[in-house]
Amino acid sequence: MALLEITNLHAAVDGREILKGIDLTLDAGEVHAIMGPNGSGKSTLSYVLAGRDGYEVTEGRVLYKGHDLLALTADARARAGLFLAFQYPVEIPGVAGTTFLKTALNAVRKERGEGELDAMQFLKFVRAKAKRLDIGDEMLKRALNVGFSGGEKKRNEVLQMAVLEPTLAVLDETDSGLDIDALKIVADGVNALRAPERAMLVITHYQRLLDYIVPDRVHVLAHGRIAKSGGKELALELERKGYAEFLGEAA
Amino acid sequence: MASTGAFVEQFAAVEPTLGGSTGLHALRAVGLARFRAAGLPTPAVEAWKYTNLEPLAALGLAPAATAPGASTRVPEAAVAAVDGHRIVLVDGRVDRAQSALDGLPRGVTVESLAALIARDPAAAEAELGPVPDGLPLVALNTAFVGDGVVLRLARGVVLDKPLHVISIASGPLAFHPRHLIRLAPGASATVVESHVGAAGGFANVVIDVALDAGAALRHYTLQNQGNETFHVAAVRATLAARADYQGFVLHQGGRLARHELVATIAGEGVECRMAGLSLIAGSQHVDNTTFVDHVVGASRSRQLFKAVIDDAGRGVFQGRVMVRPDAQKTDAHQLSRALLLSRKAEMDGKPELEIYADDVRCSHGAAVGSLDQEPMFYLMSRGIDAATAYRMLVEAFAVEALDEIADAAVRQAFGARVGNWLADRRAQEGRARLSPAASGVA
Repeated sequence: MALLEITNLHAAVDGREILKGIDLTLDAGEVHAIMGPNGSGKSTLSYVLAGRDGYEVTEGRVLYKGHDLLALTADARARAGLFLAFQYPVEIPGVAGTTFLKTALNAVRKERGEGELDAMQFLKFVRAKAKRLDIGDEMLKRALNVGFSGGEKKRNEVLQMAVLEPTLAVLDETDSGLDIDALKIVADGVNALRAPERAMLVITHYQRLLDYIVPDRVHVLAHGRIAKSGGKELALELERKGYAEFLGEAA
Repeated sequence: MASTGAFVEQFAAVEPTLGGSTGLHALRAVGLARFRAAGLPTPAVEAWKYTNLEPLAALGLAPAATAPGASTRVPEAAVAAVDGHRIVLVDGRVDRAQSALDGLPRGVTVESLAALIARDPAAAEAELGPVPDGLPLVALNTAFVGDGVVLRLARGVVLDKPLHVISIASGPLAFHPRHLIRLAPGASATVVESHVGAAGGFANVVIDVALDAGAALRHYTLQNQGNETFHVAAVRATLAARADYQGFVLHQGGRLARHELVATIAGEGVECRMAGLSLIAGSQHVDNTTFVDHVVGASRSRQLFKAVIDDAGRGVFQGRVMVRPDAQKTDAHQLSRALLLSRKAEMDGKPELEIYADDVRCSHGAAVGSLDQEPMFYLMSRGIDAATAYRMLVEAFAVEALDEIADAAVRQAFGARVGNWLADRRAQEGRARLSPAASGVA
């Protein structure tokens, strides 16, 4: 059984259809990249999978571990092992990063039938993961994402992913706004999470990220559909030729 | 004609029992006359544009007894959890038995206004000063002035621990305490007020603050009155050069509550900060009104008022900043933000900047909105359920205001009250509500 099976997925935002019949299957242990020009529906796909309000599925289905993912609320999807790394992580003044992460982790652990961690256990657990991403205590304690640089926000997303240990991670343009050093740190963090039981959907506009996070499959999204699929060499081809062949009017 | 309630009729019987010299009796009579002429404020008066005290008249509240009656114990769970010197008032009268004033540092005196009136009525009269125009409730307070707390610090003296002024209402009575805070040059003190009590009374509090050159006062107020209580407090602060006044008011009780700050900046290098957090639910009405008067330049004033409003609650912020012609190099900012948790919740604001000097930095801002959907989704996308995410975001909005409290112990004590209030809201609702509108708080 596939970990994620998307069949003929149509979705609309504000009554306008953005996804127009997506078919995609992802097995455990795989990393797939979704590339495509701006406006092709990449972020919409990530929000539909994560369950954001206002993204209305009009047709098709999404099975996650064989169950109807779309029937779950956003928080239930996360507790079931889905994780979305945001393109633009949200700043939340007044909520300390550690408080947020501990609340999230314990919600997820409870769902998995694991015990909640107390403050000391939690700090020890998080510090070990944070160190790898060059995130210190001071950054952990600050209000969530408030005043963070672009690189800090993305590292913080990867930290959350490392802490919550999802089964399916969707990375929405995690490379945007990163310089090469920050990109390497983020990619190292992501690669460390590659595991036989875990799948990743890496959404990106540029091939550059895929030098560091090497995908098993690459799909081109255009006009709300998968227009082409291939191996990792497809990314290099897109880098060379651009998206011109996919930019014409949809059939 | 504006209503005066039962106060005018009660004056003749009550006033003679309040003590004092001929001059003080005359001062009270002037207070009554001013109040009678103005009446209880209604929205017809610009300074009370959104708040109406007329319903108070119909209650016909009896005046509090001038002698302390049966002692009402301090409800410890309702007052701010602050370690400090303590002075307790029941129905506006100082209750020595419940007060704890041993160990005040040298140069610090705390006495009751009643004691000052008995000891030196002329001095008391001088301290109270003339009855002001345009403040009908200060006039009413003066008409019934008889007790309160008098805090004095000598030059350079530091009060080691906060002075906690606990004001308890024992029942549906009207009372008018007057507190006097006098800090000599370079002195510094922290005063915490807790207003608590049974439902249904009227507390008309006036606090006169005089900070001499370089003096510093941290003034924290918890308004946690009973649900049917009318609570009105006016703080009148005169700030000499380099004085530092930091006020904070946490409103969580009362049927109608108003906290008013009138600050006169009379010297250069003054720092005047006033902040507040109003937690409003049911049909509560909470009004914060400020008037910061920059008479002299080269001073700073800062205001931040936040309100969380649920049910059919109503919040008001009126902030007036005056920069007089000679007050060059003034730096004045004010900001009001309200979070509406229900469709029936309401926030009214009236910022006013009157600037007559040209070399100044002044700004004001106001934002009213419901809970933003974007942070809700972000928290939920990490596995946090809607009810918990909602609580975290409301608490975050509220707690940010508490950062204005410089004293860590008081900040923690007030923070605990915010947590309790949110927990009460949840218990009453039994469910979390996602706010219907998607508009964000700017």
